[in-house]
Amino acid sequence: MSLEQIIFYLFSTILIFSSLMVIISRNPIFSALFLILSFVTCSCLWMLAEAEFLAITLVLVYVGAVMVLFMFVVMMLNIQESVSKEKFIKYLPVGLLVSVSIFVEMWLVLKSKNLVNEVAVSPIRHDANYSNTKELGEVLYTQYMFQFELASVILLVAIISAIALTLRKRKNVKFQDPVKQIHVKKADRVRVVAMKSEKL
Amino acid sequence: MKSIYILIVLSPLIGSIITGLFGKKIGRVLSHRIAVLGVTISCLLSLYVLKVIIVDQMPAQNLTLYTWLGVGDLSIQIGFLVDKLTALMMCVVTFVSLMVHIYTIGYMHDDKGYQRFFSYISLFTFSMLMLVMSNNFLQLFFGWEAVGLVSYLLIGFWFEKDSAIFANMKAFLVNRVGDFGFLLGIAAIYTYCGSLDYDVVFSDPMIERLASTKINVWGTTEWTVITMVSIMLFVGAMGKSAQIPLHVWLPDSMEGPTPISALIHAATMVTAGIFMVARTSALFEMSDVALNFVIVIGALTAFLMGLIGIVQNDIKRVVAYSTLSQLGYMTVALGVSAYTAGIFHLMTHAFFKALLFLGAGSVIIAMHHDQDMRNMGGLKKYMPITYWTSLIGSLALIGFPFTSGFFSKDAIIHAVHLSKLEFAPFAYILVTAGVFITAFYTFRMFFMVFHGEERMDQHTKEHLKEPSWVVTMPLILLAIPSLVIGGLTVENILFGEYLKDVIHVMNPDHQVMSMMTAEFHGLLKFVWHGLWQPPFILSMCGVGLAWFIYIKKPSIAETCTKICSPIYKVLDKKYGFDEFNDVVFASGGRKLGGFLWKIGDVKLIDGLVVNGSAKLFAWLSEIIRKMQTGFLYHYAFVMILGLLGLLAWILIKLGIV
Amino acid sequence: MVELSDYLILAGMLFSIGVAGIFINRKNIIVLLMSIELMLLAVNTNFIAFSHYLNDITGQVFVFFILTVAAAEAAIGLAIIVVLYRNYQSINVDDINAMKG
Repeated sequence: MSLEQIIFYLFSTILIFSSLMVIISRNPIFSALFLILSFVTCSCLWMLAEAEFLAITLVLVYVGAVMVLFMFVVMMLNIQESVSKEKFIKYLPVGLLVSVSIFVEMWLVLKSKNLVNEVAVSPIRHDANYSNTKELGEVLYTQYMFQFELASVILLVAIISAIALTLRKRKNVKFQDPVKQIHVKKADRVRVVAMKSEKL
Repeated sequence: MKSIYILIVLSPLIGSIITGLFGKKIGRVLSHRIAVLGVTISCLLSLYVLKVIIVDQMPAQNLTLYTWLGVGDLSIQIGFLVDKLTALMMCVVTFVSLMVHIYTIGYMHDDKGYQRFFSYISLFTFSMLMLVMSNNFLQLFFGWEAVGLVSYLLIGFWFEKDSAIFANMKAFLVNRVGDFGFLLGIAAIYTYCGSLDYDVVFSDPMIERLASTKINVWGTTEWTVITMVSIMLFVGAMGKSAQIPLHVWLPDSMEGPTPISALIHAATMVTAGIFMVARTSALFEMSDVALNFVIVIGALTAFLMGLIGIVQNDIKRVVAYSTLSQLGYMTVALGVSAYTAGIFHLMTHAFFKALLFLGAGSVIIAMHHDQDMRNMGGLKKYMPITYWTSLIGSLALIGFPFTSGFFSKDAIIHAVHLSKLEFAPFAYILVTAGVFITAFYTFRMFFMVFHGEERMDQHTKEHLKEPSWVVTMPLILLAIPSLVIGGLTVENILFGEYLKDVIHVMNPDHQVMSMMTAEFHGLLKFVWHGLWQPPFILSMCGVGLAWFIYIKKPSIAETCTKICSPIYKVLDKKYGFDEFNDVVFASGGRKLGGFLWKIGDVKLIDGLVVNGSAKLFAWLSEIIRKMQTGFLYHYAFVMILGLLGLLAWILIKLGIV
Repeated sequence: MVELSDYLILAGMLFSIGVAGIFINRKNIIVLLMSIELMLLAVNTNFIAFSHYLNDITGQVFVFFILTVAAAEAAIGLAIIVVLYRNYQSINVDDINAMKG
């Protein structure tokens, strides 16, 4: 067993374990933490497959941003772990049945000769000077320029919609309305009162 | 000439539109002036056209104004065919119409719907002119339906009266039956000829083709197409010209004002059927079956309707049944191929029957709208003009020598006598007997109204007087042609060349007119010959009998009624046509409708189709809605199941499992 | 030597765990979202493995876009959950069935 294989199996085991823990731990904070572990191990596996840029991105974007968001929401909503064990047991058979049958079917596809064995070639091992980031960037900014732009639009939509969904106006909060400030008239502010001059 | 034709047709229409739409604004006097002016223009121009055709020998003109509609190969034009027949009809129509317009000024003087009435009769004149001047079947049908519509409107003119509403509904429905046949005939013509224009359909090769094509009408009975088409067209004529068994609407149409009884239901519209058959004589000539059918229907109508006239007491109804009977005579004339005689009788009848109706109307005005003859009597000294004009009309109706009716009716009876068709002898007996009956009921009416004791009440008696000149002038103007037009034109129209170009009788067996022409040796000889013929003797007997019963010995009338009570009852019930229609068609139709409503509509359509489908979907949705639990994991489960299924399908496709 | 099929089997297991998570979990929607993230991770792993073993960079481009979309999805999903909680005072999966037929 080569070092590569040892690393692969080690990380695989951690990945399977942590992802299992994501779905079975009762506290959602634990779930989120195990998910972070899953992402980190997975990024190691990606690194093994020489996808260095994406591995780093996964850690930076997912673990650094998305998962923090998850944690933030979980903690903000303050959810009690209330579900009893019976419920978990009750739905376990269905979950197992579905997931096992999916896995079996996938495995059957993998085992078929005409899918994997015919297309698989031995990977090229790149030397130390190879830059995955550069190669990806060359393709991304030339061939996939349009899709790249599209992705940016999707992110913009996500930003706007997330803000729009969660934004709410509070009645008791004081704030300025610039439109009103600009359109204010003299009569709104000053009142001229006609009155008799008073005697000294 | 084209603009003259257009003017003839449009001037009554314009008059109608103005009086109809703006009648209330422009007032009564201006309304009737405009309407009368329109018809006067029309009448004068028609006379001019007739003069051009007769004196200047203008050939028949076939003009197309514009294309009305075009669908595929079918192209319908609005056009005029003006030949001698058309010109004759135009003059008759516009002249009688003009007389009636003038008469109406007096007759409808106090009526609320004065302007409306003028609008209708002007519209009628327009429609009738469209009918007679058309050069294709569809325009003919347009005119046909338009006069039917105006007839409907005018029968129900006094729409507050229930009886008027029933009568106009009846006229409308019965005419629909006839029109259905007519429309089928037109459709058949289009199917087999591919055109509706007269000049195409009546061309010799087309007639040959129609006559030689055979179709199965009933089981294995084969008829030529021309027979079928002719009979269908004649069914239309039966409806409009009120032949048995579609005659039931005409007596009831007397619910309308008297001027329209004269104009529409005596002189012009009801003769549209006669005109149409004469116009399509080329088709009828080729089919002996159709001609025999026409003869039988006509003869039965002429005889049976005359009999009913004897027992009627309403003055207008007597004239109405007389009209039915005379229409029967015209139809018989058409049946024996004496088209000329039929048209000739149409013309003379238009004058004297309009005269009789207007005379009756004059009497009705004097009697304060009481139409029962049993309340009249001895009106001679109060209403001399009406008396004398009515006498002329009555004499013309019974065919007294030298009056117009004499020539036309004698010619018809003689033509029937000469005809070689199978049913001609049968028809001859009926029409000859009809002469006696005609004379009897006509003079029964005449004597009951103008002679004998004065049976009206004191109040009416005090006010009895001749109506104003607008009423009497048309009477006089109509009395003149009633008296002389037969004698003046018999040589030209009946035995001359006048209609030679329009009506062709080719079949050697149908040459009754040419045989009669051969026998004709001048007017006086014709009359002299007629004096010794059964029709004249019979009519004199009828007059004599009427005189005996109603003047000499009025008490006999009661006794006669008692002796003949079974026959009287049958006649009084009008042979039960109305009852039969009520029971079979009206009540049967209602029952069928009720059945279709309850079973077809309520149960099948509403219950099964409409509510049933709604219930089915409600039931189905009740089941399906259970699948919509609203729980996320159920939807996810279904998605995953789909994924599983997809994967399984791929596996099976790849041959792995 | 790590084979392509090793990666694929690993991704398959990861995906199945994600699927199982959707069914087992009745607690809150956030864990449901996490399960979906797991499934996306499995798919991404597949792409990267194929990219590596077929010497084709396109697979990694795909992953790049999937990550973008997944991030957007997570952001919007969490925003929805926040709004949901504000209205229902709960993000329990069993409580959310307003769409019940």
